[in-house]
Amino acid sequence: MSVKANLRIALVGNPNSGKTTLFNLLTGLNQRTGNFPGVTVDKKTGTLKLPNGQQAEVVDLPGTYSIYPKSLDEQIVQEVLLDTDHPQHPDAIVVVADASNLKRNLLLFTQIRDLNIPIVLVLNMIDVADRRQLKIDLRSLSIDLGVKIIPTNSHSGAGIDTLKSALCLSLVKPKKPFYQVRHLAEKTIDEVKFEFNLEEDYRAYQYAQQNGRLKFLSSEDKEKIERIKKENNFYNVPTQSQETMGRYALISSIVNRNVKKTNPEKKLSVSQKIDKITTHRVFGYLIFLTILMLIFQAIFAWAEGPMDFIEGSISSFGNWVKEVMPEGVLNDLITDGVIAGLAGVLVFIPQIAILFGFISLLEESGYMSRAVFLMDRLMRNFGLSGKSVVPLVSGMACAIPAIMATRNIESWKDRLITIFVTPFMSCSARLPVYTLLIALVVPEEYVFGIFNLKGLVLTGLYLLGFFAAILSAWVMKFILKAKHRSYFIMELPGYKIPQWKNVGLTIYEKSRTFVFEAGKVIVAISIILWVLASYGFGDKFNNAEQYVRQELPAGASEEEFQIALGAYKLEHSMAGSFGKFIEPTITPLGYDWKIGIALITSFAAREVFVGTMSTIYSIGAEDDDERTIKEKLSKEINPKTGEPMYSMAVGLSLMVFYAFAMQCMSTLAIVYRETKGWKWPIIQTVYMTAVAYLSALATYSFFS
Amino acid sequence: MRNLTHLKINERGTIKGFTDEVLSVKLMEMGCLPGTEVSLELIAPLGDPIAISVAGYQLSLRKQEASSILIEEA
Repeated sequence: MSVKANLRIALVGNPNSGKTTLFNLLTGLNQRTGNFPGVTVDKKTGTLKLPNGQQAEVVDLPGTYSIYPKSLDEQIVQEVLLDTDHPQHPDAIVVVADASNLKRNLLLFTQIRDLNIPIVLVLNMIDVADRRQLKIDLRSLSIDLGVKIIPTNSHSGAGIDTLKSALCLSLVKPKKPFYQVRHLAEKTIDEVKFEFNLEEDYRAYQYAQQNGRLKFLSSEDKEKIERIKKENNFYNVPTQSQETMGRYALISSIVNRNVKKTNPEKKLSVSQKIDKITTHRVFGYLIFLTILMLIFQAIFAWAEGPMDFIEGSISSFGNWVKEVMPEGVLNDLITDGVIAGLAGVLVFIPQIAILFGFISLLEESGYMSRAVFLMDRLMRNFGLSGKSVVPLVSGMACAIPAIMATRNIESWKDRLITIFVTPFMSCSARLPVYTLLIALVVPEEYVFGIFNLKGLVLTGLYLLGFFAAILSAWVMKFILKAKHRSYFIMELPGYKIPQWKNVGLTIYEKSRTFVFEAGKVIVAISIILWVLASYGFGDKFNNAEQYVRQELPAGASEEEFQIALGAYKLEHSMAGSFGKFIEPTITPLGYDWKIGIALITSFAAREVFVGTMSTIYSIGAEDDDERTIKEKLSKEINPKTGEPMYSMAVGLSLMVFYAFAMQCMSTLAIVYRETKGWKWPIIQTVYMTAVAYLSALATYSFFS
Repeated sequence: MRNLTHLKINERGTIKGFTDEVLSVKLMEMGCLPGTEVSLELIAPLGDPIAISVAGYQLSLRKQEASSILIEEA
């Protein structure tokens, strides 16, 4: 192999083999998450400096049990490995295998080995194998598998340096395939090899097996392969079945020869003992609920301080910019458009960080798959899968990462339903809206002397979102036709003590992705909104100053004039015209045109509601903290009734509307990406808006 | 013939074959091969899914999948 300036290394392995931990050890903070071209699978890459000074790029490919993909994430593995022209096609592969569970882990290794790419095998978790008193003859195993083997312990980091030095040496390609697929389909393999100018039997065989799925093949190529298969009577499933059995037969004899169990234990392992409790019919659900409550509590209570701090800092930064910069349109655009938009993004970092911290802890420890195991039957009643638990829980922080987390649901129908209903879960963006409205209309009272009424209303809103999600899922279960049969085959990994480094890196990566991905949209929308609210057409907008002077009493101060002018301009701006335009449709819900503007602007992101209200009620940008908005709103009088505008009925109706409506551009964008079309995001928006409208109508009629 | 769902908790059996070809490939990839010994480890509180011990690790599957695995008592 010629020495390249930039060595590209791919990490491949089973889920739970410690592959990601190894990746983190190799690259540390020099990693970033991007997307594979054309697909939405997260691509984790990092750089590594090898002992000989060479720079290497390491790609952490999604965990998979075999080169035959079962989910969208897994498909990228074969795509990258089979397509030699793929931009991520590696120069060398590190296969990570769990040493304590060799047989199953070696299946993937032998498949990849036969693609004839320079390869090294890492036996990770060698400590666990030791504890289970497995004696592995590494030298002999290495000869039998025909590969260099490096034992590592990713907990202590032992073996990592050996791995790095091994990567410096030019790794050899295996001389002959581990398993001869040739005898399974000789003619098909030869013809595909000839047609596509391929070297390896197994690569050609994989072209034949996966021709329908491989994205890098043109439709003509696919048809060509299909013809070859037809002529030679090549059937995918029976051939794959023979291949898998053939590989396992070889693997079994090798593992039995080289791995000796010195002391066959009969007693229950620690993991099995823990399972007796975590999947217990009473304690199991109790533990699950307790964990959920803890996460819930943490997202709201622990995030409060940091969120206040971020809000405070940005707001003072905005004020500083406002004063330093010369007055004018540019100043307004930057402070009221860009910085205000930025604030809307950054303020969610604490909640997102805490949520992903917990999710990462649950996954690292192995508990998450028990939660899936526990909830599967229950969720299936509603057309969901046990694997929908993670997205639904994540949805309480933000629907964007939650919808991305649906990718490991194998069944398309289950996955689509989960994507469809996740935005009903009350995300953190609704919280500022709820907080403001609850403070405004719900009295400070106690129910039964202990339950704070405000707290109860908030809890009720979260439950409302949850029930809307599962009821909608239940309805969809009957409407949607399954494309493929749903199945559920999942490893229950042994419990592990979570590694803080992995948790920390997950938090860092997810927060960063959120800021950059969702941030772009939110900042852009904020700028558009600012334009809509700052500009207008017609006489009333252009000559606003004159009109305001006429309306104001003679003794009004300059400050009062400025405030009244702002409000007047907004009313006659483009945003104001929209608000007036939709007023007739929202009057039955108890709203006026001012709320109408807020509803329109909140379509970008729900939390924009608070900012819009403060602009409409002309509170100077200097002091837009919640108390002043609240005071202003509570003084607002409904011109028709003479009563306060924000009555209990209007407040509750608004809260219900926000609980159900699809008001998030970023979520729509993600649903579009994940469902590959506009059909589902549009159906989702129409459905959620209809539910929101009707429920708000019912709420308003009931309470007024 | 008995299938995996007929096992009692902690009972052992040996995989004899499958009733569903497409599913069998996926199960075999996960180590459920004919001739392999399995034992029933856990049943979820609502009776489904179940978890078996196979090839040195624990695998959970729904009863629907489990019923496609034919077994013989050890």
